[in-house]
Amino acid sequence: MNTVHDMGGLQNFGPVVAEANEPAFHHAWERRAFGMVLAMGATRQWNLDQSRFARESLPPALYLSSSYYKIWVEGLARLMVERGMVTRQELADGKPRTPALEVPKLAADQVASGLKRGASTERPASAAARFAPGDRVRTKNLHPRSHTRLPRYCRDKPGVIASVHGVHVFPDANALGHGEDPQWLYAVRFEARDLWGPDTTAAAVYVDCWEPHLEPR
Amino acid sequence: MSGNHSADESGPAARVRALEAILTEKGLLDPSALDAIVDTYETRVGPRNGARVVAKAWSDPKYRKWLLEDATGAIASMGFEGRQGAHMVALENTPRVHNVVVCTLCSCYPWPVLGLPPVWYKSAPYRARAVIDPRGVLADFGVTLSDGVEVRVWDSTAEIRYLVLPERPAGTEGWSEERLAELVTRDSMIGTGKPKSAGTA
Repeated sequence: MNTVHDMGGLQNFGPVVAEANEPAFHHAWERRAFGMVLAMGATRQWNLDQSRFARESLPPALYLSSSYYKIWVEGLARLMVERGMVTRQELADGKPRTPALEVPKLAADQVASGLKRGASTERPASAAARFAPGDRVRTKNLHPRSHTRLPRYCRDKPGVIASVHGVHVFPDANALGHGEDPQWLYAVRFEARDLWGPDTTAAAVYVDCWEPHLEPR
Repeated sequence: MSGNHSADESGPAARVRALEAILTEKGLLDPSALDAIVDTYETRVGPRNGARVVAKAWSDPKYRKWLLEDATGAIASMGFEGRQGAHMVALENTPRVHNVVVCTLCSCYPWPVLGLPPVWYKSAPYRARAVIDPRGVLADFGVTLSDGVEVRVWDSTAEIRYLVLPERPAGTEGWSEERLAELVTRDSMIGTGKPKSAGTA
């Protein structure tokens, strides 16, 4: 979806301001928000790409004016309301009124092993890779209303395959809840002048692109 | 994306309290699991992990080769693995090439080696500008590269997580890994900074 989360190349946001000795969290609620998002992910009622799409789907003005953990909280609330895990009224006052769904619950003694295990997105190949390093490709001109990980700044642009990452879950499909549809994933090198013309100080931008985003040239 | 985290946050604080109360009461959330998650990233995982990887690569040519060919395996061999780091790639900075890592679409960041991302990494100014004007971003960090250096920006659009392997500072011959690790800054592993110089440690 073409909206404000897709920020690459936007201008007028001002300088990058780093905070010296920044803490992991700035407010107590950020700790709870971060932990809750991870813990509720373990209920397996949505996947990674659906959670990203929920954040991207926030109203643009809300997204731009929110701190990152607020975006996470609003995304989490949206996912749970959509699935009937909580109601808007419950969210408003913190009083449960509806019965709980039967979902897996993360126990404290599962946390360390779960975080260490992580979540690989690599899957077995069912077909040979279409491209090899050095191949010349062009990204497709796509503007889906749904989730995609192909940023706007590198659509319909020429690039060269830099490396092959293997076969990975395809977010554009996975976000729709229609299965993982694993696809070959490549690091694609784009010459910065092909993306931005003369108005860049980069030499090249590398973007990870799935095979359905690419065609030969 | 507001970088101003000192603004009034009573809205999200109340929202989070309500959410946690409902989920706990419904039995969907174990608050002690939440505590364990937070504790992991607040006290156990952080850029010291990545600094150890970099220092080892500076000291041990075999490890360096392994890191550049199979970063996931090389990093896991030091015990750093898991969430947001299942597929790692190391990017070697040289006198001619400088790598910078960004996630323009959200906040993807290699947690096992760097911990949670700083606010600026997730902020609009960085996500917007890194891919078009990385030298301008580097200037915000006080870093200037000569014109001949090729600046490569890596946009983390998939589940591949990138770690920059900065150049080893001059004058550190014979240093132990522990001492070298003290020179490795978080920003030097993102590409927005350089390691500290030998004289400063």
